[in-house]
Order: sequence, then C-alpha cells, then structure tokens
Amino acid sequence: MANNDPLFGLSGDALKLRSQRMALLASNIANAATPNYKARDFDFQKALAAAQSGTSADQAASQTAGYRVPLEASLDGNTVELSTEQTLFAENAVQYKTTLAFLQGRISTVMTALKGE
Amino acid sequence: MANMSIFDISGRAMAAQLVRLNTTASNLANANSVSTTKEGAFRALKPVFKTVSGGEGVATVQVSQVVSSNTDPTKRHDPGNPLADQNGDVWDAGVDQAGELVEMMETARQYQNNVQVLQTAKSLTLDTLRLEK
Repeated sequence: MANNDPLFGLSGDALKLRSQRMALLASNIANAATPNYKARDFDFQKALAAAQSGTSADQAASQTAGYRVPLEASLDGNTVELSTEQTLFAENAVQYKTTLAFLQGRISTVMTALKGE
Repeated sequence: MANMSIFDISGRAMAAQLVRLNTTASNLANANSVSTTKEGAFRALKPVFKTVSGGEGVATVQVSQVVSSNTDPTKRHDPGNPLADQNGDVWDAGVDQAGELVEMMETARQYQNNVQVLQTAKSLTLDTLRLEK
C-alpha cells in the first residue's frame, strides 16, 4: 500500500476498509442466531491510520479488530444485537457511498485535467 | 482478505434460516399428531446452528445437524381414539406451538435482515463498478 497515494489520497484505503467492515458486520448479522458466536468489529479510524502508515488494508483491519461488548448479555452466549449491527451496517454503507463520491470527484477532476476542455 | 464475500456470508445464512423455517413448519404440521406410546410420539425438530469461519474476521453460519428436542410428549385420556392404549390414553406430540410461532417470526425477521444486507452489498458493488461514469 502506497504511503501517500498521489492519485486517490486516503480514499483508496478507506474504500477497502469500508468493504472489509461491511463483510465483518454481515458476518455478525448472519450469525445472529448462532449460540456462543461473539460479534466482532474493528476501529475504522485506527485501521485507516495504520493503512496510511504502510500496513496493508487486511492487516490494518485485523490488527484493530476486537469483540463487541453487548449491551445486554444473552443466555446462549451470543453477543450479536441486531439493532446495533443493523445500525452500524447502514452507517457503514452510507460511509462507503461517501468515499465513492470522493473518488468520483477526484476521477472527474483528473479527467477534466487530462482532456483539457 | 478472506476467501468469502458478503454474498457467500448472507447467502449461506439465508439457507440456514430456511432450514430453520422448514423444521418449524414440520413441527407445526405434526403438532396435533398422536401416538400409542411415549417413545413413538413426535418431538419437535430443532436445527443446530454452527459458525463457519471464512478466514480473518468474517464468518457465516450453517446448520450442523437437526436434533429432536427434549420437550416431553403429553399423555391425554382419549379412549375413543383408535391409537389409544389399553388404559385409553394417547400421547400428544411434544411441540410447543406458541414457541414455534415465535420461532417462525424470528426466523422470518433474520432471513429478511440477510436479504437486506445482500441488497445493500449488491447496490454498493454496482456503484463501485460504475465509478468512472
């Protein structure tokens, strides 16, 4: 991973991490009924900082990953709380779209510069 | 990263929830069946969910087995029933009907959640594909 991507800045790393976080939250939602499943998540801000300092996006995500502390413990040992996971999933999807919009803006700027019209 | 996409994760979770819905349907269908012996009476079927790890962080779910629950069948005095034993008793299926209905609603909700995840992932993937336009 380039330290400072001259073309896309941090948006490239951010998009990768958003996609990884989406898979992680999807895993939590998929295991909403599995006994003893422990919900996981990672700290996006820390992961992005790690990715910016040269760590690969995969590693950055796994370094900053942790288990979620449930608001209300359940009897079967499952720590997935659907309301929490759904909210975070929706939030992450919106942020993914935002990152896409930043990338789109960057691409159209560069295209304008290239075409010189 | 992991060798498992969101489509795998949610798709397999939907399959597992469908198995759960099928067992609920079987249980409700057999809720009123009777038997001559306690051992022969129907007992509710329950799927056992198990996490399938897909590498770093991501995981989906599968049904590892379907087991008979330990809800005991109930004895009922019904001498007119052709299946009654010499005391005139039959054994009703060990199915908690209200519990099964609650289970059915929960299954439907969780299935819908996975469909929603799939739809979101699909539209974001398509947005990413159309990035340069």
